[in-house]
Amino acid sequence: MLARTADNLYWLARYMERADALACILDAAQRLVAMPQATGATTNEWESAVATAGCVPGFRAKYDKADARTVVEFLAFAPENPASIRNCLDIGRQNARAVRTALTGEMWDAINGAWLELHNFKPGKTHGEELSRFISFIKETSLRFDGSAFRTMLRNDAYLFSRLGILIERADATARILDVKYHVLLPEPARVGGPLDYFQWVSILRSVSARTSYHWVYRDSVKPWLVADLLILNRQMPRSLASCYENLSRYLDDLAQFYGRQGNSQRLARGMLTTLSNAKMEDIFQSGLHEFIGKFLVENNRLGNAITEQYLA
Amino acid sequence: MESQSDSIWIDPTLAVGMELALTRPSNVSPAAFDEMRAPDGSIRPAYSALAGWLTATDQDVLEYRRREAEFIFRRIGITFAVYGEAEAQERLIPFDIIPRILTAVEWVKLSRGLEQRVKAINAYIRDIYSKREILRAGLLPEDLVYQNEAFRPEMNGQQVPHDIYVMIAGIDVVRTSPEEFFVLEDNTRVPSGVSYMLENREIMLRLFPELFAEHMVAPVENYIDDLLATLISVAPATAPREPTVALLTPGIYNSAYYEHSFLADKLGVELVEGRDLFVKGSVVYMRTTEGPKRVDVIYRRVDDDFLDPLVFRPDSVLGIPGLMSAYQAGNVTLANAVGTGVADDKAIYSYMPEIVKFYLGEEPLLNNVPTWRCREPEHLSYVLERLPELVVKEVHGSGGYGMLIGPTSDRKTIESFRAKLKHNPANFIAQPTLALSTCPTLVEKGVAPRHVDLRPFVLTGQDRVRIVPGGLTRVALKEGSLVVNSSQGGGIKDTWVVDL
Repeated sequence: MLARTADNLYWLARYMERADALACILDAAQRLVAMPQATGATTNEWESAVATAGCVPGFRAKYDKADARTVVEFLAFAPENPASIRNCLDIGRQNARAVRTALTGEMWDAINGAWLELHNFKPGKTHGEELSRFISFIKETSLRFDGSAFRTMLRNDAYLFSRLGILIERADATARILDVKYHVLLPEPARVGGPLDYFQWVSILRSVSARTSYHWVYRDSVKPWLVADLLILNRQMPRSLASCYENLSRYLDDLAQFYGRQGNSQRLARGMLTTLSNAKMEDIFQSGLHEFIGKFLVENNRLGNAITEQYLA
Repeated sequence: MESQSDSIWIDPTLAVGMELALTRPSNVSPAAFDEMRAPDGSIRPAYSALAGWLTATDQDVLEYRRREAEFIFRRIGITFAVYGEAEAQERLIPFDIIPRILTAVEWVKLSRGLEQRVKAINAYIRDIYSKREILRAGLLPEDLVYQNEAFRPEMNGQQVPHDIYVMIAGIDVVRTSPEEFFVLEDNTRVPSGVSYMLENREIMLRLFPELFAEHMVAPVENYIDDLLATLISVAPATAPREPTVALLTPGIYNSAYYEHSFLADKLGVELVEGRDLFVKGSVVYMRTTEGPKRVDVIYRRVDDDFLDPLVFRPDSVLGIPGLMSAYQAGNVTLANAVGTGVADDKAIYSYMPEIVKFYLGEEPLLNNVPTWRCREPEHLSYVLERLPELVVKEVHGSGGYGMLIGPTSDRKTIESFRAKLKHNPANFIAQPTLALSTCPTLVEKGVAPRHVDLRPFVLTGQDRVRIVPGGLTRVALKEGSLVVNSSQGGGIKDTWVVDL
């Protein structure tokens, strides 16, 4: 297939996944600030939402204060934020138009329909109940897009490139949440048990849509080190780093088989999968959760570049 | 030479005698041919079932179906861009749900004429870029060819496979009476609109299966197979047995991008932009995830000017540097060929009856609209005298822009156009206002006659000419209007060729 087509498919998938991740971040922040305990807290949940989305400088350039209005506006709608939900859908649809022939009708319907509906949500008016509606709309959009890709695409290179896009983006999003919130997950005795922290842990689970999954996996009350385990090492959890790399490695191998040739991206993905498979949570805490996550973000980015160089340029 | 042009000089009284009645301002002319209703009010046979259905169907139901059709169009993303309208970058062409009907007998006659015309056009272009016998015979003024912006000296002596230059033509025809079709315009560069022909039919089949049960409508969906067969048949001799075809688009900002992606998808060929292709050793390759892949036939939807910055416009970012060298080496076929515009400007148009006779030795089966060339002084003075009665068009104009429709224009418009015309007469031609036929159309107040034209698509391959029955019917939705262009408020209809 055309390198440009593959590139568009890959980025289309990334943008759709990013829109979903942003919606989850907004959802979690909105729930957390509604907690009475949060009112006296020193950290501002809206600020950490901006940090998790990775766009602090852009936000600071436009607003003085992070609150419900400014953050929702910036993360969901702001045209000057290249990674706002609106821009994700806009650019995603533009990519989709450019590779219309590589998409199934169902996938095009999902993204084009969402793009048309997006215009019903107005920046200044999306708060409270309307914000909840907006968040569900975005989540449903990515579900529909992902679902129609899964159900209708031929299992060929086009499918593999769109999967790779989703997984690279998903690994990045999960790692960013951990990067911003790592301090509440540290198993220091002093931090454990405070009511505020409890809601922080729950909020982290919510930001990866894993509130319920947690209990199915651990059958335990919410413990910070188990939250970290779920998001980093647990392969049952589709948004964990380990699960992302299990699939990245598999799909890259499929691609190598499809084309009959291996390259740098296959090696990088396998390397990270081995690291994650051999890691234990105790060791990660021991050598520093923050450092571990920081290194992961760099490596994940490196894999993204390797895929681009090998297939998409 | 003068005597040649005299032969197509049409006296206005003669024009009326030929039933080229002038339309009256601001209303459907009583002289316009109504394709459904005869002058005595009776329904013509082709429309009898449809007329019955229209009478039996409630206006609200029609309106509901119309909205449904619009919804489907928007959903599947059939939109077109209007240049110079920032806020309405993607617009829908209004779709009229009432089909336009031609009988199989009428169609056979029309399609014979189309085939003849396109054959002559191909012979003419070949001649222009080789022996130029038509110029030597004095049938065409030389400067009309050599000074023509669309003339490409790079094509002189260039061989093209099977001498086919125009593989895909869109010939605009209008109907003025039960028997008479006039060609309004030949589109021999990159004609568009065929995706609408195909999608209109899909939508009609979805919305009105009961109507198809009552009519024997000739299918159009085989257009895609015909197009692919045509493109493969003109592959260069050096190409493998299964040549690689690609469709070259200027990109998503082009007004016809939807059509490009639609066709590439149906054809099962890659939709490429200039940056996806490169030329090495006079061979064209596309960049794929597995490395370079050779391309043999390019169905290009990019104008000549932008094809190759090394030969044509150096500022073009849409083209492929070196493409012309590969083309000249015979390693790739471009469809349509380069330089075909020398056949479709409006000044050349006026010579089309001579061109048909000269190359085929046959009388033209389709009429040409009598045309005054303002470059010729006596034509000009005739036109200046009768501006309020005439349609004046730019020689290279398209899309319904830059034209004057005398009968529906006010004095001020006419006078300012007169100044433009006097300033550069060679840039204009004038024609009598044709009474375009009308078809029943769903408008706000119900079903009413509106003027229509028709663009059938003519495919010319190595083995034969293929024309699917029908084409794209465009309809002027405004009462009395004769401008059917989508950029100027025109709509579209499904076109049915039925066996009675």
